[in-house]
Amino acid sequence: MIATLLTPRFLRNALPALSLTVLLLAIFYLQPRAMSYFGLNLLLNLALPIAFATIAQMCIITVNDLDLGVGAYVGLVAAIGATWLNETPLLGAAALLGCIAVYAALGALIHLRNLPSIVVTLGMSFVWLGLALLVLPTPGGKVPDWIRAIMTLKTPFLPFTIYAAIGVGVIVHFGLMRSSYGVVLRGAGGNPRSVSRAGWSLLRTKVTMFALAGFFGMLSGLSLIGLTTSADANIALRYTLLSIAGVILGGGEFVGGRISPIGAVIGAMTLTLAASFLSFLRLPPDWQIGAQGGILILVLAFRAVINRAEARR
Amino acid sequence: MNKILTTAAVALALALPASAALAQTADKRIALSNNYAGNSWRQAMLKSWAKVGDKAVADGVIAAADAFTTAENQVTEQAAQIQNLILQGYDAIVVNAASPDALNGAVKEACDAGITVVSFDGIVTEPCAWRIAVDFKQMGKDEILYLAEKMPEGGQLLEIRGLAGVFVDDEISAGIHEGVAENPQFEVAGSVNGDWAQDVAQKAVAGILPSLPPISAVVTQGGDGFGAAQAFKAAGRPIPLIIMGNRYDELKWWKEQKDATGYETMSVSIAPGVSTLAMWVAQQILDGQDIPKDLTVPFLRIDQDNLEENLATTEVGGVANVEYTLEDAQEVVNAAR
Repeated sequence: MIATLLTPRFLRNALPALSLTVLLLAIFYLQPRAMSYFGLNLLLNLALPIAFATIAQMCIITVNDLDLGVGAYVGLVAAIGATWLNETPLLGAAALLGCIAVYAALGALIHLRNLPSIVVTLGMSFVWLGLALLVLPTPGGKVPDWIRAIMTLKTPFLPFTIYAAIGVGVIVHFGLMRSSYGVVLRGAGGNPRSVSRAGWSLLRTKVTMFALAGFFGMLSGLSLIGLTTSADANIALRYTLLSIAGVILGGGEFVGGRISPIGAVIGAMTLTLAASFLSFLRLPPDWQIGAQGGILILVLAFRAVINRAEARR
Repeated sequence: MNKILTTAAVALALALPASAALAQTADKRIALSNNYAGNSWRQAMLKSWAKVGDKAVADGVIAAADAFTTAENQVTEQAAQIQNLILQGYDAIVVNAASPDALNGAVKEACDAGITVVSFDGIVTEPCAWRIAVDFKQMGKDEILYLAEKMPEGGQLLEIRGLAGVFVDDEISAGIHEGVAENPQFEVAGSVNGDWAQDVAQKAVAGILPSLPPISAVVTQGGDGFGAAQAFKAAGRPIPLIIMGNRYDELKWWKEQKDATGYETMSVSIAPGVSTLAMWVAQQILDGQDIPKDLTVPFLRIDQDNLEENLATTEVGGVANVEYTLEDAQEVVNAAR
C-alpha cells in the first residue's frame, strides 16, 4: 500500500490535490471563519471563472499551442454579457457564438498557414480588448438576471462553486482523457505526425480545440460577471497568465498532449487560494506577487524532483 | 446566524444610550482596500491613512485601521481582496476601487454580511455603499474659469490628458471642454496624453509643440505640469501659464519662477488625505450617525499667495496634502446634509 503511494506516478498525479489541501488547511488555521459555507463561498467563488479560463487555456495547450489572448477575450465576453446579452439576448447570444467561431477560425488559420500561435493570439488579444472597449467604453452594464441567479445559487452542503468546478473537471476529464476522440485530440498535440498518418484530420482537431477554448472562455466571462454584476473591458487581463500557470500547476506540460483537466481546475483553485493565504498572512502587497510566484516555483520544483526520481528508476 | 444577529442587536441596543459618541466604535475594526500604490499620490494617501489611523487606534476611537493594497491594479484581485476582508471580520471596509461597477458583487456581499462599505476617490456604484466622490469635471472646469479671469482676451490652449480610458481622465477633460465651450475666447489647439507622469508629459508635449501655434496656457490633470514646463524650455519657446497639480516638483518650479519673473498660475488637485476623510466617515457610520450616501471631496487649491506655506509642508517628491480630523470630516458631512 505504502509502496504504491510513494510511486512517482502516483505522487505526480496527487501533487496538485496535495498542494491545494495544504493551502486550504493553512487558510483554515489562519482564519477559522473560512471553515464555513459562507467562508468557502467567499474564498472560492472567484476561482470558478479562473478555472474556466484555465480549461480554455488547457484546450489550446493540448494541441501544442499557447493562447496569450484569453484574458482579453474573457473581458470581451464579459462586456457583451453585461450589455447586449442583457438588453437584446438574441443579439448577445449571436455575438458570443460569433466569438467562438472566430476562435475556431484562429485554430484553422494557425494550422493552415503554420503560424506561431503565440503571435496570432497575442495580436488577437488587442483585437479582443479593442472590441470590448467598443462594446463597453466605460465600465458598467448589468448582468442578465439568470446568470446572477445561477452564480448565487444556494446549493446544499457546499457552495455552488465547488460543485461547478468538480463538474467541469469531471466532464472535461471524460471528454479528453477517456473518450476515443479525446485520445486523437491529445495525440494531435503530442505526436501530430502519427495522428495524421493514421488518417485523422489535424485541421479538424485544431479547430475543435480552439472552438472548445472559445466556449470555455465564454463560460469564464459569463460566470465572472455573474459574480461582479457588471463588467469592465479590463476586468480579466490577468487571466492570461493565471490560466497558463493553472494548467502547469495542475500537471500539464508545454509539450502538447500532456494535460490533466482535473489538475487544471485544482491548479486554478490553488492560485486563487494562494492569493488569499498571503493576504491572511498580512504580507505587505509589494511582496505578495513575488510570494505567489514562490509558491508556484515550490510546487513545480516538487514535480521536477518527482520526475527525476522516476527517471532514475 | 440568527442568534448571533439577535445578540449583536441586543448588545447594540444596550450600548446606544450608555456611552458617548466615541466609545461606541472602540472595538470596531476598519480596513482599507486599495487597488494601486504605484505613484506619489497613492503613496501619500497610504501614509496619511497610516498616520491618522494609528492615532485613532492609540486614542481608542477604533480598534484597528489596516491598509491592504492589491499587488496589481486588477478588478478581480480587488474583488477577492474585499472577500478576504469580509472573512477577516472587519466592521467597515473603506475602498478606493479599481472599477466603479465591476466590484459591485463583492461590495454587495460585504453589505449583506453587515459590513459598512465606504468608497472614495475610485467610487463604487453599488447603492448599499457610501460614496465620497471627487467632482473631477468641476476640477477641469475650474481651470478654465481661472484662466478666463486671468486672461480675459483668451488664447490657444494645450491640454495634457491623463491615462487614456480611465474615467478620471474623461471627467477632467469633459470639464475642461465644457469650460472652453462656455468661454469661446479659448481654443484647445492640441491635446496629448501625459499619463499623470512628468516624464511622459514632457515627451508628449515635446512631440506636439512644433505643430502648435503660440500657446497661452496649458491645462493639465496633475503630475504633468513640470514635464510640460521642461518641454517648453527645451524647445526654446516662451513658457505659457501652466496649471499645476500640487506635486512637489511642480510647486518648487512654480516658486522658482515666481521668485525670478513673478510667474503666476494656480495649482489644484485632490489631497491624498481624503483617505482619512473616508476613515472618519466610516467611523461615524459605525457610530450610528446618519450620513448621506453621497459626499463630495473638497479640492485642495493652491494660489499665488499661499504657495510658500504649501510648498513648505509638502514632502520632497510628494503631493501637497491635508489630513482630516474627526471635526473636519463632520464639517464635510454637514455640508452635504
